[in-house]
Amino acid sequence: MLRQAAVVPAAAALAPRPVAAGRPGLCLTWQRYLTALALAVATFFNGGAARADTSDFATAVNALGQPSGDAVTSAAQTIGASGDARALGLLEALRDGAVIVTDGGEVTLRDASGALHDAVTGAPVAATGHPATLDNEVRRVLDPLIARLELKSPAPDVRLAAVQTLESRSSEDDAPVMRDALASEKVAPVRRALVAALAELDLASNDPQRRLGAIAAIQETGSIRFRSTLQGLVTKQDDGTYSEPDPRVRSGAQSALAALDRKQFMVDGAADVMYGLSTGSILLLSALGLAITFGLMRVINMAHGEMLMIGAYATYETQAFFHAHLPEHESWYLVASVPVALGTCMLVGALLERSVVRFLYGRPLETLLATYGLSLLLIQTVRSIFGPQNVAVENPHWLAGGTEVFEDVVIPYNRMAVVLFTIAVVAFVSYMLRGTSLGLRVRAVTQNRPMAACMGIATRRVDTWTFALGSGVGGLGGVALAQLGNVGPELGQSYIVDSFLVVVLGGVGKLMGCIVAAFSLGILNKVLEPIAGAVLGKIVVLLAVILVIQKRPQGLFAPRGRGAEGT
Amino acid sequence: MPKKFTSILAGLALGAAALAAVPAASAQDKVVKVGILHSLSGTMAISETSLRDVLLYAFDEINAKGGVMGYKIQPVIVDGASNWPLFAEKAKQLLEEDKVSVTFGCWTSVSRKSVLPVFEKDNGMLFYPVQYEGEESSYNVFYTGAAPNQQAIPAVEYLMSEKGGGAKRFVLLGTDYVYPRTTNKILRYFLHSKGVKDDDIKEEYTPFGYSDYQTIVADVKKFAAGKRTAVISTINGDSNVPFYKELANQGLKASDIPVVAFSVGEEELRGIDAKPLVGHLAAWNYFMSIDTPENKAFIAEWKDYVKAHNLPDGDKRVTNDPMEATYIGLHMWAQAVAQAGTTDVDAVRQALGYQTFRSPTGYDIPLDAKNHHLHKPVFIGEVQANGQFQVVWKSDGLIRAQAWSPYIPESAKKVADWTYPWVCGNCTEPKYPSSDAVAHR
Repeated sequence: MLRQAAVVPAAAALAPRPVAAGRPGLCLTWQRYLTALALAVATFFNGGAARADTSDFATAVNALGQPSGDAVTSAAQTIGASGDARALGLLEALRDGAVIVTDGGEVTLRDASGALHDAVTGAPVAATGHPATLDNEVRRVLDPLIARLELKSPAPDVRLAAVQTLESRSSEDDAPVMRDALASEKVAPVRRALVAALAELDLASNDPQRRLGAIAAIQETGSIRFRSTLQGLVTKQDDGTYSEPDPRVRSGAQSALAALDRKQFMVDGAADVMYGLSTGSILLLSALGLAITFGLMRVINMAHGEMLMIGAYATYETQAFFHAHLPEHESWYLVASVPVALGTCMLVGALLERSVVRFLYGRPLETLLATYGLSLLLIQTVRSIFGPQNVAVENPHWLAGGTEVFEDVVIPYNRMAVVLFTIAVVAFVSYMLRGTSLGLRVRAVTQNRPMAACMGIATRRVDTWTFALGSGVGGLGGVALAQLGNVGPELGQSYIVDSFLVVVLGGVGKLMGCIVAAFSLGILNKVLEPIAGAVLGKIVVLLAVILVIQKRPQGLFAPRGRGAEGT
Repeated sequence: MPKKFTSILAGLALGAAALAAVPAASAQDKVVKVGILHSLSGTMAISETSLRDVLLYAFDEINAKGGVMGYKIQPVIVDGASNWPLFAEKAKQLLEEDKVSVTFGCWTSVSRKSVLPVFEKDNGMLFYPVQYEGEESSYNVFYTGAAPNQQAIPAVEYLMSEKGGGAKRFVLLGTDYVYPRTTNKILRYFLHSKGVKDDDIKEEYTPFGYSDYQTIVADVKKFAAGKRTAVISTINGDSNVPFYKELANQGLKASDIPVVAFSVGEEELRGIDAKPLVGHLAAWNYFMSIDTPENKAFIAEWKDYVKAHNLPDGDKRVTNDPMEATYIGLHMWAQAVAQAGTTDVDAVRQALGYQTFRSPTGYDIPLDAKNHHLHKPVFIGEVQANGQFQVVWKSDGLIRAQAWSPYIPESAKKVADWTYPWVCGNCTEPKYPSSDAVAHR
C-alpha cells in the first residue's frame, strides 16, 4: 500500500494533465515520455494494471471497506466501470463474501486457503477482519456489474449466464455493452440470447418498425419473461388509450402473446407431469410396502406409516454414525442407510407379526385396532428415545441444487434421485416376488393357503417373511422421505391415509395397480394444485378416488378370477 | 377370595390418596404456580419448545433474586402437542385444577383462539408472546408479540421502497389458518391503499405440516417473470424447512425475488442449511444479532443456563423474538405482582398497565394499559449464512400497537381500550359515555 501511495503522487506530479484510460500516445514529447516512465514504474511496483486511473481504482477499492451500504454500492460501480483487469475478480469476491476489511481498515481479499491479500497490490496481509458490508441492495447492484464484465469472458456458458442476468434487468444502460458483445459473438445460443435481450430494449424505441422487429424476435424466443411487457402493450390504460400507439405493433404483440401462452401451456403441462412423477414416486414408495401386507396378506396394517418413520430415523442414525466415525465419507451415508433401514424395518415388522398380528389373521377389525395401537406404541417409543422434536437429516452435497429443464422449470436433484430410487425399489420388490423362492412361497400361500401347507410350505414362517418384507420396503420409503421432508415421530401419520388410498385404488393384490395408481394420483394432485390451491386440490383428488371406487370397487387393476380370501 | 381382593384394592386406593394429598398440603406454602402452555411435540414443536426453555430460565433468574413477593415460582408445564382442541383442555386444567396465577403460552393464533373462551370464563391471565394478526384485544390476554402494524405493514413498506427492491407484485403465501388469512386480508387492503391492483397480488395457502412446495415455488417464479416481485410468507411450523429447501433447489435468489417471513426466526433457521437462503428477509422486534449491552448480557446468561442444564443442542441454541417477548412479559408480570402485592388476576391486571421494562434491544418498553399490547421497535433483517440476521432497516423508535387494523373498513371504527370510559376490547362506543367523555383511540 505504501509503495502505491508513493508512486501515484509521483505519476500525478509528472503528468501535466490526467491521462485518459488507454495507451499513452506514441508521440513522445518529454512530458509524455516522463508520464510513460512513471507509469512503467507504477506497473513494476504494482505488478498489475497499467492504467493511469489506478488511483481511482485504488480509492474505490478502499471505499469498499466503508460500513455504509451506499458507499459500497458506489465504490462497486466505480470499480465496474474502471475497465481494470482486476475488477471482475474483485466484484465476484465481494459478491461471495471474500472481501475482508481488516480491523485497521485495509481492504483485503481472502483466497481459497483463507489467507488475506491486499486487494490492490496482492501482497499478503496478516490480520483479522470482518466481511465487507453486503446486503440485498449491494447485491442488486453487483449482479449486473459482474454480468457486464462477464460478457467478455472466454467461456460461452459464462457469457450466456451474463446475458440472461442483464436481460432480466432490461435496463437501457446495458444496451451499448450488449450491442458490442453481439457484434463479436460467434456462439449461437449466446447470440440468440443477446438478440432477445436487445429486442426487449428495442420495444422502447421510437421507430415502429424497430418495435415490430423486436416483437418478432421476442416471439421467436418464446420466453415467458416478456409476457408482462407484451401485455402492457395491448392493455388499455385507465384513460381508454393504449400505451402502444401503432396498431400494427399492437396486433403483432397480440399474436406474440397468443403464441407465448400456447407454449407456456405446454411447458406448464410438462412441468406438472414431472412434479407429479416426483410426488407419485413418494406415494408409491410409501404404498409399496402396504401393497404387500394389505394386498397380499389382507392385513390392515395401520402401523405401516411408522415403518416409514423408523426407516427415516434409521437414516438419521446412519448419518450420525458417519458424522462421528467416518467424517470424510459423510455424504455417502445415504447409500449405507438403505440396507440399514431395510434391515431395521424388516426386524421390527417380523417382531410385530410374531407378537401381535399372527393371532389376528382373518379378523380385519381386530387387526385394524391392534395395528393402530401398535402405531401409537411405536410413535411414543421413538419419541422417548429421540425426543418429540424433528431431527435434521441433511441432503448429501451431490444431491443439492437442481437442473433447469425448461425455462424457469427446475427439477431438484434430490427429487430425481427419489424417482430413480423408486424404480429401483419396485424392481427389487418385483424380483423378490417373482424371482426368488421366497417370493414363490409367498404367492403360493396367498393364493391357496391349505394347498400350500399340503405342499410342505411352512405357512406361518412365510407369513412372517411377507410382513417383514412389506415393512422393510416401508423402511426404504422412509429413507427417501428423510431427504425430502421433516423427520419427526409423527412422520408416518401424514402418509398412512395416502398409502391406503393408493393400494385400494390400484387394486388390492396387484403391484402394477399400485404403480399406476400412485403416479396417477401424484400427477392429478400436481395438475390441480396451481388451479385450485393445495387444500382444494387434495379434496378434489379424494373425491375422484371415492368416485372411482364407487364405480369399480375392486380397484383399477383387479385380480382376475375368483381370488381366494386368505384365512 | 373376591372380598379379600376388594379390600386390598380399597387399601391401595386409600394409600394412593393419602400420598397424593401430602404434597399438595406442603406445596401451598411459599410457591406461586405459573402455567406454561406450549406445543412440545408435533409440527409446532420446532418453534415452541424454546419458549418453554426461556421461561424456565427466567423463573430461575427471578427465583435466585428471592422470587415473587418472597414466593418461589413453580412451573406447571403442559403440552398442547400442536392439537388445538387439546390446548383448550390443557388451559382448563391449568386454571381449574392446578389453579395457576398466570399462564404463558400459545403460538398459533388458532391455539390462542381455542383457549380464549376458557381464560375469559375462568378469569385467567394469559401472556401471548408471538406476532399475530390483531383483530383481538381480550381483557384476559396480554399480547407481548407484534400486531400487524408493528411487523407486517413496515415489512411491506420496506419491500416497496427502493432499498427493499421496489416490489410491484406480491405473493401472499401462508399456512391455512386464521393468522395468515387475516394478515393477508389486512395486507391486501394496505396494498390497495398504495395503488397495487388485485392482478398484482397472488394468495396461496397450504395446510399445516405440508412439505411439497414444487408447484408453488414454480408458480412464484412464473408470477414474478417480468415485474419485480416479493413473497410475503406467513408459513408456520416445520413446513418452513421444505419450503426454504425448495426455494434453494429451484434457484430462487433473494436479490431477484425476496421472501420476507413473519414466522421464521433464528430458531427455525437452526434446522436448515442457511447458505442458499442468504438475503431472504424476516421482520421482527428483536434479533439475536442486535448489538446492545443488554442483548449481549441476555444472550450470555441464556447460553450459561443452556450449558448448566445440558439442554439439547447445547451451544447451537439461539435467542429469538418470541423468546424476548416471553422474557419481557414474565418480568412485567413479576413487577406488577410486586407492585400490586398479590397474584390476584384483577389486581395484577391493573398494575400491569403501569409497567415498563428495559428489553434486550435497549429500549424501555411500556405496556399499553388500553389495548394490552407493548410498544415495540421494528427491525428487518437479512438471513446470513450462519443462520443469524443482519439488520437492514429499523423503525424510528417504538411503535404503538393497533389492535384493530385501520385498513379493514369494518375494524377501522373499532376501539380496544380497557381503561375508563371505554372499558372494552372490541367496541365502537365507550361503555360509560358521559358528557365530557372524549372519543379517542
